[in-house]
Amino acid sequence: MSAAEARTAIEAVWGIESPRLLGALTRVVRDIDLAEELAQEAFVAALVQWPNEGIPRNPGAWLMSVARRRAIDRFRRDALLERKHEQLGRETVPVEDPDFAALDDDVADDLLRLMFIACHSVLSPEARVALTLRLLGGLSTPEIARAFLVSEATVAQRIVRAKRTIAEAHVPYEVPDAQERAKRLPSILEAIYLIFNEGYSATAGDDVLRPALCEEAIRLGCVLAHMLPDDAEVHGLVALMEIQASRSKARVGSSGEHVLLLDQDRTRWDYLLIGRGLAALERAQQLATPFGPYTLQAAIAACHARARTAAQTNWHRIAALYDALAQVAPSPVVELNRAVAVGMAFGPSLGLELVDALETEPALKSYHLLPSVRGDLLEKLGRLSEARASFERAAALAQNARDRALLLERAARCRF
Amino acid sequence: MRFLVMVKDTQEAEPGQLPPAAMKAFNETLIRDGVLLAAEGLQASSKGARITYSGARPTVTDGPFAESKEVVAGFWILQGRSREEIVERLLQCPFEGGEYVEIRPISDLEEIHERRKLGAPGA
Repeated sequence: MSAAEARTAIEAVWGIESPRLLGALTRVVRDIDLAEELAQEAFVAALVQWPNEGIPRNPGAWLMSVARRRAIDRFRRDALLERKHEQLGRETVPVEDPDFAALDDDVADDLLRLMFIACHSVLSPEARVALTLRLLGGLSTPEIARAFLVSEATVAQRIVRAKRTIAEAHVPYEVPDAQERAKRLPSILEAIYLIFNEGYSATAGDDVLRPALCEEAIRLGCVLAHMLPDDAEVHGLVALMEIQASRSKARVGSSGEHVLLLDQDRTRWDYLLIGRGLAALERAQQLATPFGPYTLQAAIAACHARARTAAQTNWHRIAALYDALAQVAPSPVVELNRAVAVGMAFGPSLGLELVDALETEPALKSYHLLPSVRGDLLEKLGRLSEARASFERAAALAQNARDRALLLERAARCRF
Repeated sequence: MRFLVMVKDTQEAEPGQLPPAAMKAFNETLIRDGVLLAAEGLQASSKGARITYSGARPTVTDGPFAESKEVVAGFWILQGRSREEIVERLLQCPFEGGEYVEIRPISDLEEIHERRKLGAPGA
């Protein structure tokens, strides 16, 4: 095996094994910073040894045994220091050694514990995202920076600060009980969905899709669903992401432009993902009473997924689901989407009424989709000059070059 | 990225054969890690048919396919960051009876977009 081949293989092993390695180390040493350091040392040892000795039959166990040796060395050294301090007459608090043998236990909760720590509500959403990708996705700081179009220094700082916040806030190193879990789960789901959306709708730059982030978010969702099979909203989130991701190919036209849902070529949808998404939605709906926000959004996405043509879309059902969503998770964006659904189900003038009520909404002041939806409804009502003005306003607000081009094209069409 | 992993064998599976416990455990790790999209075992090729498209009319041949040296016994569809990841995962697969697997990347968004490579160590 050449050095380059070995490195690629070791990196692949790291991607597979590092989350569980970190999970077990965190459980035993109760310090994520130290856990990461020990895991890194094991990885470096692999980089030194594996190119010569070959990759061991069970790479995960190999990495764990190196990390354990390093941990024992470290605690022995600390104990030695402590004794020296004692000899100097300083007071020390005796610290109990962690149970290093327990590193080999296959504890199903290890990753869940790590997720609850990485996504604790004391952390900002950005910090949760960075820490989750780093600890549970096995991604490096440069990779996270590249995926989020920010500098490496920014990501590194976010991670350092997040770890400090976790230490200072005494975030518990335990998996919360059922009651506490219900309160803390939303911050995990939010972080995973943020990762997905960062990949699905690039907020800046010209790339409409960053599929690797979508895949990573779905993977993390599936990992979480496997650990929490009775939590409806976890399945709801997985369903939502899978059904949205099923349209990835159809969302991008032949010259890279954005294709709207109703204009998409449905034969290009991914029916494997749709099938998985609908199955996850069914699990969510069986568990949920009443439906939570992710389950409702997934149910809305499923209405589109089930329609073989855009004309067959059940807009009455979608409008009803948006009504329910506006009850459990009211927001100006939900209200705007409800307006679209009402416009499709009951006619553009009713939709326009709802949109006009949002004109003074401060949260939507610079949101390009508000004038874009308004332009669409006005166009349908035949009020073309107003529609054109709306599309032009939307284009001026669009962050993405391709969105902007699409909106200007629609504005131009309203001249005739 | 998605991969089709075909399991090939020189002999047909016995009808009604259940996957061994070790294989179930392996599949469980694929689910646990969120990489398994689909997995199926196939019935004997004698129950299958082959259609050859040549000449004016396609010809249909019933199985088994005597001239084949090996048969496809089953498949996985896995999602991973790289071919190397899938290779490392499959190296943990408990086959030991002369089977082999063929790992093939599925054509995907790469056709449209140059993909950002993710999946290196936490340096």
